[in-house]
Amino acid sequence: MKELATDTWILAGRHMKHIARVPEKLIGVTIAPVVMVLIFGYLFGSAMSVPGGNYREYIMAGIFTQVMFSAVGTSAAGVADDLKNGLVDRFRSLPMSRYAVLLGRTVSDMAMTALSCLVMAVVGLLIGWKAHHGVVKTAAGFGLLLLLGFTMCWIGALIGLVVRSPEAVNTISSLMVLPFALLSNSFVPLDGLPRWMQIIGEWNPISSVVSACRDLWGNPSTVVSDALPAQHPLAAGCLILCCLLIVVAPMAARAYHRAAAR
Amino acid sequence: MDVAIEAEGLSKRYGDNEVLKGVDLTVPAGSVLGLLGPNGAGKTTTVRILATLLPPDGGRATVAGHDIVKAPLDVRRRIGLAGQYAAVDERLTGRENLVLIGRLYRLGRANAKRRAEELLERFDLTGAADRETKTYSGGMRRRLDLAASLLADPGVLFLDEPTTGLDLTSRMTLWSMVREQVDAGVTVLLTTQYLEEADQLADRVAVIDKGMLIADGTPDELKRKVGGERLEVSLADPATVPEVTGLLERVAVGEPVVGDQGRSVSVPVGSGIDSIADAATALRGKGIEVTDFAMRRPSMDDVFLALTGRSSAGESDEDEGRTAA
Repeated sequence: MKELATDTWILAGRHMKHIARVPEKLIGVTIAPVVMVLIFGYLFGSAMSVPGGNYREYIMAGIFTQVMFSAVGTSAAGVADDLKNGLVDRFRSLPMSRYAVLLGRTVSDMAMTALSCLVMAVVGLLIGWKAHHGVVKTAAGFGLLLLLGFTMCWIGALIGLVVRSPEAVNTISSLMVLPFALLSNSFVPLDGLPRWMQIIGEWNPISSVVSACRDLWGNPSTVVSDALPAQHPLAAGCLILCCLLIVVAPMAARAYHRAAAR
Repeated sequence: MDVAIEAEGLSKRYGDNEVLKGVDLTVPAGSVLGLLGPNGAGKTTTVRILATLLPPDGGRATVAGHDIVKAPLDVRRRIGLAGQYAAVDERLTGRENLVLIGRLYRLGRANAKRRAEELLERFDLTGAADRETKTYSGGMRRRLDLAASLLADPGVLFLDEPTTGLDLTSRMTLWSMVREQVDAGVTVLLTTQYLEEADQLADRVAVIDKGMLIADGTPDELKRKVGGERLEVSLADPATVPEVTGLLERVAVGEPVVGDQGRSVSVPVGSGIDSIADAATALRGKGIEVTDFAMRRPSMDDVFLALTGRSSAGESDEDEGRTAA
């Protein structure tokens, strides 16, 4: 266990060095989210209204989750790159922990999403978003977002290992992620959708995370459904994400062994 | 430990494609085995199985005294692997690459740094140590890759086509670096398509084709299997070939072969100076203009051709073991 932590730390350090060498990588995790906040906040914010508050407060939780999604592409591309240039072979010939290569990747990518959250939160505060319920609940909301980000990193790692081609990885990951990202209550309330889409939207973990964050931060919410996850978004979000992780992480570990074994 | 690598009946298939069909290998500690074969023969698969990257479908193997399936971690602690494509992180500097791998070998940070420094020095990379490796030449990458495989002082070293794609100078540099390891007592399993490489580095050569070992022995033994020395005469005027063939037949112990687009004639000859002297005298007597007159030992190329019926993928002009007579 201690060895796993050490190896993960060493490999996460490697990814941090990459970022120092290629500062452009930071644009994706800082500038892009800021642009999203401004576009959604001002463009849609001035055209839409939600019951019980302003749209900018409503939209922030949604934007945070969208940015967590971008981790899928980042992790997938990183894993595919390592596979392609033979580094995975090198790592696998070392007496290191089985999970460390993937953990190092996902942990450092999650650290990047945390940086995104920080930047977005600052911009959000500037345009009028606020968390109203004190430090603990605010932190809990961000904790849930990071759990989402971590899950997305693992899904990305799995995609990267299965797809293998760094060129194809981006398209495929956005294609797989887009329906989940949009079919949720991130930007619009689910009430107006056809019933079957509503059900998907309600059980989509993104909706739970968004609702939970809105509740924790005291932002306007639009939950009118009696679906179980909509009534208990925090519990539902944690549970669904943990279940996803428990399924996806071992799948990624298996894919790692199989991908390298060619 | 007298035997560093021992494999029995290793087999591997991908779907219908049987890549390895029961490979047996024995490599005594401190020696170099060259695994020779064309593309797709199963060389890389064999190395990947022995280096614990790939589970075999059948058979068993021990490397450095440990079973590759039952104790892969014990094997990994004792081996180094340098691959076909140099597995280095392009964004990191040469030094950072070595320190990273050293720490993952659990050398500890200080130890990893010290070893990295030593190896950079030994592999002539000190000047480039703080440059990102994406600026390195192919030869420098291979050297860094080889250095990385040596960080933990492995007893067994797997080199999978270590010089494929390198120019001759870089190949010779790498060869001398491999020889240093061998002199230090490291056991090496080397795969190569270059017959000359096996000839230069290996104590024994195993020839693999279509997933099976088809020959095994020292380079000299293999060459002897193919036949003895040949006398090769190159001619200024192709029109003299029939005449020369007739003359050489008298000293030959086998059929003459015309080669080099009808410009040279070679014949197998018995050992000793007589046949060479007779041939030279006869050629001079007829006033035939000769551009080259050489005794040629069978090259690994000839070995390969004789064993598989195909010529190898390596270059031909560097593979000839020419000895001027």
